[in-house]
Amino acid sequence: MQTQTVKIVVTGPFNAGKTEFIRSVSEIDVVSTERKISTAPEKVKETTTVAMDFGRITVDNDLVLFLFGTPGQKRFDFMWEILSEGMLGFIVMVDSSRPETFREARSILETFHAYAPTPYLVAANKQDLYDAWDVEDIRLALRLDPNVKILSCEARKKDSVKQVLLELLYSILEEMDRNESKQEEI
Amino acid sequence: MTLKGNLRDFSFTQLLNLINLANKSGALYVERPGVTTRTIFQNGKLAYFESSDEKLSFLKSLTDHQLITASQHRLLRERLSGMNDHEAGIYLVNAGYTTLDGVLSILEKEYADKFRHLFSWPDGLFRFETGELPPDDRIVVHLNLENLIVEGAREMKEFEELKAEIPSLDMALKFTERPGTDIRNVNLNSTEWRVISYVNPKNTIQQIAATTSLDEIEIRRVVYTLLQAGLVEIIRPDGLPVALSSESLPVKNPKEHKSLIKRLINRIRSI
Repeated sequence: MQTQTVKIVVTGPFNAGKTEFIRSVSEIDVVSTERKISTAPEKVKETTTVAMDFGRITVDNDLVLFLFGTPGQKRFDFMWEILSEGMLGFIVMVDSSRPETFREARSILETFHAYAPTPYLVAANKQDLYDAWDVEDIRLALRLDPNVKILSCEARKKDSVKQVLLELLYSILEEMDRNESKQEEI
Repeated sequence: MTLKGNLRDFSFTQLLNLINLANKSGALYVERPGVTTRTIFQNGKLAYFESSDEKLSFLKSLTDHQLITASQHRLLRERLSGMNDHEAGIYLVNAGYTTLDGVLSILEKEYADKFRHLFSWPDGLFRFETGELPPDDRIVVHLNLENLIVEGAREMKEFEELKAEIPSLDMALKFTERPGTDIRNVNLNSTEWRVISYVNPKNTIQQIAATTSLDEIEIRRVVYTLLQAGLVEIIRPDGLPVALSSESLPVKNPKEHKSLIKRLINRIRSI
């Protein structure tokens, strides 16, 4: 039997922690397309993702979940539409300690939602840092609807990443239930 | 050689710079689906502008800029029927309604306002027909392009910023749930009120723009203001299905969808 695949996209601004997130749960070494950073403003880390990150979780013999991480820099946004095709849902990673990236996170969120209005949630990463914004303050800054889930996250910790993925899957189940109810009403 | 191409590859600012620096004379046609604009340049200056989607009314322009009153407009419309803009202009100046400078300054403003919209077009086919003259029956102006280019470049920058804030016009708006806020007490201008009156999860921003005759930059500007004021929020339009389609899920039977998600949940839990 042919293996079935589903995908979840992890997106967010530059240095939000997308690669780390995927690395924490992927059963294979993340296929990363990182390059050394050349421009000064982006020198907050040594390398960045330029095409995509790719992680894998085998569910059973015939089902595999792929995790795709998008490049964070705006000049690679042409990749976003391609990566969003056929996704089950998406996670927007935000660096809780860098409010200057919140506006961009909002923009990325809306762009992805426009490409494919699938369920999504926001992961407020780096909550362990002393200058991290409170999750509910980030909700306000991102102008998130009260129904949109925003979760505290530490991308380096497997349990934290698992919780984020599970919450997204719960949202997908809830959406399916809602769609079912609508169908029954019709 | 004909100057032609697409604004996607050669920006409107670059194109105007070229016309300006080369002191070109002729007609620049820019086309997008459903709209064609024609701008006549004489020695690198803007002389005349027209757009297929909006006919410029000389008398209406004078009324809008309060050079004549609404009642004078009605009276003159009857009196000047059958006259072209050129003849009408001469009549108005001779009859003392306005001066030649007044007429020219209004037309310069009108042409510039309409022409500036082209800066927000991300693409569109253009071609420059060298030597083409303005219509005989229209009044021409001599508008320097430098200021238009500077203003246009500024607008383009603003447009980029607004686009980053509101990337898709296919989304809808809804009023934020803020008990105690009375929208009637908020100071909004007439355009913002017009947009507010169409805020409804069923209407996309694109549809509101079309209904209120606002272009991409204008609607984004208004929506941005309303968002910043916390009056509205962007949502997925009603009726747009959540994309849990067969593209997202490898199984075709909807009953199997939930089972597949539950398998994923169990697997993630066990990691």
